[in-house]
Amino acid sequence: MDLSYTDEESAFQSEVRNFLAEKLPKQMSEKVRLGGDLTKADMDEWHSILNDKGWLAQNWPKAFGGAEWDAVQRHIYEEEAALANAPRIVPFGLSMLAPVLQKFGSKEQCDHWLPRILSGEDWWCQGYSEPGAGSDLASLKTRAVREGDHYTVNGQKTWTTLGQHANMIFCLVRTDVDVKQQEGISFLLIDMDTPGIEVRPIVLLDGGAEVNEVWFTDVKVPVANLVGEENKGWTYAKYLLTHERTNIAGVGFSNAGLQAVKRIAKSELSAGKPLIENPHFAARIAQVEIDLMAMSLSNLRIVSQAAKGGAPGLEASMLKVKGSIIRQEINDLARRAVGPYALPFASEAIEGANEAPFGPEYAAPVAAEYFNNRKLSIFGGSNEVQRQIIAKTTLGAMR
Amino acid sequence: MNFELTEERQMLQDTLRRFLADKYDVPTRNAILESESGMSAKIWSQLAELGIQGALFDEAQGGFGGAGFDIAVVFEELGRAGTVEPILETCIFGGGLIAALGNEAQKGLLESIIDGNTKIALAHSEPRSRYDLSRVETQYEDGKIKGHKSMAMGAPNADFVIISVRESGGNDDQNGISLFLVPASDLDMRTTAVMGGGMAADIYLDGLSVSDDKRLGPKGSAFLYLETVFAKAITAICAQTLGGMETATKLTIDYLQTRKQFGKPIGTFQALQHRLSDMLIELEQARSAVIGAAGYLDADTHLRDRYVSAAKNLVGRAARLIAEEAIQMHGGIAMTQEYELAHIAKRVVMADHMFGDTDHHLERFIALSAV
Repeated sequence: MDLSYTDEESAFQSEVRNFLAEKLPKQMSEKVRLGGDLTKADMDEWHSILNDKGWLAQNWPKAFGGAEWDAVQRHIYEEEAALANAPRIVPFGLSMLAPVLQKFGSKEQCDHWLPRILSGEDWWCQGYSEPGAGSDLASLKTRAVREGDHYTVNGQKTWTTLGQHANMIFCLVRTDVDVKQQEGISFLLIDMDTPGIEVRPIVLLDGGAEVNEVWFTDVKVPVANLVGEENKGWTYAKYLLTHERTNIAGVGFSNAGLQAVKRIAKSELSAGKPLIENPHFAARIAQVEIDLMAMSLSNLRIVSQAAKGGAPGLEASMLKVKGSIIRQEINDLARRAVGPYALPFASEAIEGANEAPFGPEYAAPVAAEYFNNRKLSIFGGSNEVQRQIIAKTTLGAMR
Repeated sequence: MNFELTEERQMLQDTLRRFLADKYDVPTRNAILESESGMSAKIWSQLAELGIQGALFDEAQGGFGGAGFDIAVVFEELGRAGTVEPILETCIFGGGLIAALGNEAQKGLLESIIDGNTKIALAHSEPRSRYDLSRVETQYEDGKIKGHKSMAMGAPNADFVIISVRESGGNDDQNGISLFLVPASDLDMRTTAVMGGGMAADIYLDGLSVSDDKRLGPKGSAFLYLETVFAKAITAICAQTLGGMETATKLTIDYLQTRKQFGKPIGTFQALQHRLSDMLIELEQARSAVIGAAGYLDADTHLRDRYVSAAKNLVGRAARLIAEEAIQMHGGIAMTQEYELAHIAKRVVMADHMFGDTDHHLERFIALSAV
């Protein structure tokens, strides 16, 4: 066992660090640091900077124009990017759709869609969840009926993250209602400009508008946009879920978040002394830091296993639960650290939201982030679903 | 970055696990726990034959290991089987201090420790020191030791005891602490069995005559060496507790699969499934904490102590959760002394009372973070 990076890994870490120091625009990292909302233009610009370096499609094989990083390299990038306050890479096209196309799509589909993801020509969003299909995703009802050379799609998707920017959506749709739920699902690529599609924003409790409802009324989709075989979509979705699980622990975000809490607790005063010296608050910081140190090592254990070709199963579920609990605890500490200046509410939905913030600049995003990150234990399979997976895998069939 | 055991350590782990599964079964262990000495001399020599004591010393000391991951591998297996023999006291404290500080004559003991012929204990804590490493009130003056040492683990079975004394400075000063290596037969002890296994003693030093040449290391400067062996001991006991937690978790999984109530295995109940998942999650956290402590044991002392204190804090919390949940999910059967889980649960919980508990190490971690 050796807990330090190899020379090669350290060299890669320096390369990433130098790249971020040189190429990450200052106004962008400031925005991320202060919890501001990134515009589509910001995200496009960052993608294009990464693409110029060949680092946008980190997990793609080189044959498709990717960087083909192993799990350790991806981990190093995630960690450095979080510490540098780089915007996160928008995952929908790059790490959620692309692996499915590469594995199950036709050559024509790969040739057509993959370069457009890299160039930013297409912005993808994910059409999985429905009002009646959350953690129980296989119960989805959006219906696609084949009529000649096209499907007609009717139904509703929800929680569509950044769907307001998207021109394309990849969807799970029901193509057979007479079989077991999982066996009647297909994977369709749909142009958002097709008549009959309507996108409605959902304002979240933190005031942000990052998610949407997407409605489909008699939407015509060419059969050429079916990925793989009809009624095999569930298999593809499950494959995708394993890709969604890289960086599932959010170690980089937690490290950056913990540093921010410490900075805040050094400037805030409690009984005339820095809050960080308050024994009760210091104990809460230390407790979560200890948990995070252990989880970082758990994460590295799985990353190093994955780099050797192992597939995380149970461990990914464990990291999802622990990682979300730790991030949420850090969000809670940040909220408490700023005291009364956590109270001002700047909703995107309320006019004048972009005025100068009340109180210290670090105070503005913390309460909103706390509420926004309640999602961490809900999405991607809620923590209860993860616990179920862990228990069932461990206990096996019982009679 | 590499999280795989070396071939040698993998072999050590396999050998020790097989040996203990075979020779240290539950009836054997229960008999040892009820015996007067609270340990098995036979097991002790068999462990030495397998090279377990030797694995805890480096080559210069006559062994073939001694690194953090050797300690972690050995103690995880000892913990898995719930062994109660004083390996930690003899090899980590006794052997560790003698190897670091001993003169030629004292170092002669290392060979017989590794061969399984000598057992050592450390008498450091005192009724008023709690977990504070630098607090030593016991005095050495004019060739005599005066004081009271408390809960010296392993002392009742030891051949020699290392006693810490103050030769200068105030009661809490790091400077001024010395060690003496004395034959156990010279000591006035009151012995007790320990909750969770093993034997301990309070030692009454009412002007015990000890000649100057029994001093272990230079006068007044033992503190740094104590810190180092305590870092190793904490790593060892965290690994031992990890092994115990693995056993407790495995017993709970078996029980959930087989115990039927209301006509079905209790493992089919979601209320219990989710609690099992939380046990498994904390077990992985504890495993990582032990890896951290073992991996940074030879790093600079600040980094080492952060990981060591983090591990002791985290493992202490995880042990309490896993022991309590294991007992709860077993129900009544876990309340009996005879059932396998009882000893394991006691052992992992009571480890929190050794070398600093979760609160002590949280405070130490905070102090280290401020630097």
